[in-house]
Amino acid sequence: MAEYQNIFNRVQVQAEPEAGVPLPNGDRERIGKPLLFYWAGKLGNAQIGPIYLGWTGLASIMFGLMAILIIGFNFLAQVNWDVIQFIRQLFWLGLEPPQAQYGLGIPPLAEGGWWLMAGFFLTTSILLWWVRMYRRARALNMGTHVAWAFAAAIFLYLSLGFFRPILMGDWSEAVPFGIFPHLDWTTAFSLKYGNLYYNPFHMLCIAFLYGSAVLFAMHGATVLAVGRYGGERELEQITDRGTASDRAMLFWRWTMGFNATMESIHRWGWWFAVLVPITGGIGILLTGTVVDNWYLWAIDHGVAPSYPIVHPNVEDPAMLQGMSQ
Amino acid sequence: MKTMTRKTTTVAALAGAALLMTGCELPIGIETEQTGYRGLGMEQVTKRHLEAMKRSGMEIPEPERPAAAAGPRAGDIYENVKVLGDLNISEFNRLMNAITAWVAPEEGCNYCHTPGNFADEDVYTKIVSRRMLEMTYTINNEWTAHVGETGVTCYTCHMGNPVPENIWYEDSGIKHAGGLAASRMGQNLAGSNVASTSLPNDVFTPFLQGDGPQNIRVTPRTALPMGDNPYNLVDAEWVHGLMIHFSKALGANCTTCHNTNNFPEWQTSPPQRVTAWQGIEMVRALNNQYLNPLQPEYPDYRLGPTGDAPKTNCATCHNGFQLPLDRAQMLKDYPELNRVIHRGDEPAAATSAAAEPAGDAEGEAVEG
Repeated sequence: MAEYQNIFNRVQVQAEPEAGVPLPNGDRERIGKPLLFYWAGKLGNAQIGPIYLGWTGLASIMFGLMAILIIGFNFLAQVNWDVIQFIRQLFWLGLEPPQAQYGLGIPPLAEGGWWLMAGFFLTTSILLWWVRMYRRARALNMGTHVAWAFAAAIFLYLSLGFFRPILMGDWSEAVPFGIFPHLDWTTAFSLKYGNLYYNPFHMLCIAFLYGSAVLFAMHGATVLAVGRYGGERELEQITDRGTASDRAMLFWRWTMGFNATMESIHRWGWWFAVLVPITGGIGILLTGTVVDNWYLWAIDHGVAPSYPIVHPNVEDPAMLQGMSQ
Repeated sequence: MKTMTRKTTTVAALAGAALLMTGCELPIGIETEQTGYRGLGMEQVTKRHLEAMKRSGMEIPEPERPAAAAGPRAGDIYENVKVLGDLNISEFNRLMNAITAWVAPEEGCNYCHTPGNFADEDVYTKIVSRRMLEMTYTINNEWTAHVGETGVTCYTCHMGNPVPENIWYEDSGIKHAGGLAASRMGQNLAGSNVASTSLPNDVFTPFLQGDGPQNIRVTPRTALPMGDNPYNLVDAEWVHGLMIHFSKALGANCTTCHNTNNFPEWQTSPPQRVTAWQGIEMVRALNNQYLNPLQPEYPDYRLGPTGDAPKTNCATCHNGFQLPLDRAQMLKDYPELNRVIHRGDEPAAATSAAAEPAGDAEGEAVEG
């Protein structure tokens, strides 16, 4: 079947760009002259723009830019304004939170003050972007599902960098800004708190993360597979026999005995995705505050078995010598 | 035309995929040996090409011919023989020849001696090597918990180089602009000591020297917080950096010493961890008692960027091997090394290295 005969296809129609529906009174205009870009059409919609910024969007970009500039210029200063070193070390450079001695107080700029400031600007930027997402959805008379999913991600971000450090009583527990530094922080976090793999919320988080990927693949594959019957018209077909939706449901019911519906599969997807940062964030908030060593906690509660000892007689030499290292 | 496009796309995709894969390691020549209870990932991974690379260029010197059993004492014949005076001259010359081959094969005797006046004390290398002989004696006699019967000789570290290849200096990294700019807090540069991670770079200064070294044991030993663990994530990053050095210096995995389900637990650890613990204590003692005090003896070009003496860490002896020199037993051929004695004195290493200074916890706090 030639691709253009399927309404669900990759054919790009080159025509006058779509200007969008009229905006409510009091809203700013969408800005930028829309254009059609062939390679964008390979990934999604070929039309780029117009974009709606509004004051929340503008303010969000301004605050975000402040955060990035603070982080970037500190990186540059850390290599003595040497641009070559800046590029070489870019993935390694980091902006570290204040040391424990400053508690939750305001430290000197060089000792974490910049981190606090960058964190404030970045958080403001992210929250403003959330407001903008929520309001744009309302302006189109849509539901606000996207904004709430984003809120779940923001919850994880704030758990890592704001809520948990406050619970622990100092900013030094927070994540540094930087590519490798934040990854090193992650390993150190697991090492310090007795192995995060034994944290049940970490387990849930991973299950939902991988589950999201599986569900996304299943749904995407199913809808593409019934594209030739107009599978994208998911809901209007679900009551009729022989339609794309009917076939898709039968396929899954016959292969695994159960099928999600064209409606519920989207709720499955949404909840799986949203539960990744929610369970992850809970796991973070409990670490160091309620549980100090996850492995020992897991042994105490029957989550992990205790294994036979393979090398007997290994004892802490510091105890034998009556001193601690 | 369409087939052309498709062909081009396919070729481009394959080339792109190949390019992406160049960063990956081929899954061949990698061996995994189980070292603990099944299903726990307790295993030693060895890569054939790395093992070959470590061994290339490593030569174990043939033992010198045995010395005559009798003869006048070196201390009675030569001047200024302070720690080897108890050897007879045959043994003494045998050891001198061996040391030359181990430490200064190209430079020869004159690396430590003034030509024509071997008694001269003006060459710094002579002073340092005398102290190194005492250090070797201490290692072989007081640190058997770490070095076992194999022990060490000069060659263990020097391997034919006047200065061993793997030594360390205090190092704060490349220049920082200073002023109000955020401190790097000792980390966040591609660190050669820590396998190119951005973990704290100079992990040796706080842990491997000083009277009040930073504590390595940062993970709580109770399931719930008891309020008695003063360490935070930053401390964990420093320890992690140090552990990466161990791993790199020995060509070992984390699981060589730890059961990674719970790093701090001794009961479930492999016995190598006890040996490693002794090694940490030993390295610290050697830096404190032998290597740092030699600082005034060195010329400037032997000192580090902050003017400190060259020091030892795990890599100095191990050089990538879990057992240095790939198990070569060199000490048994050189009993002379175990007869380092100040003439008329107690054995040279009377300053016991085993008695660890109690030092209060003033320690070097994490920088910044």
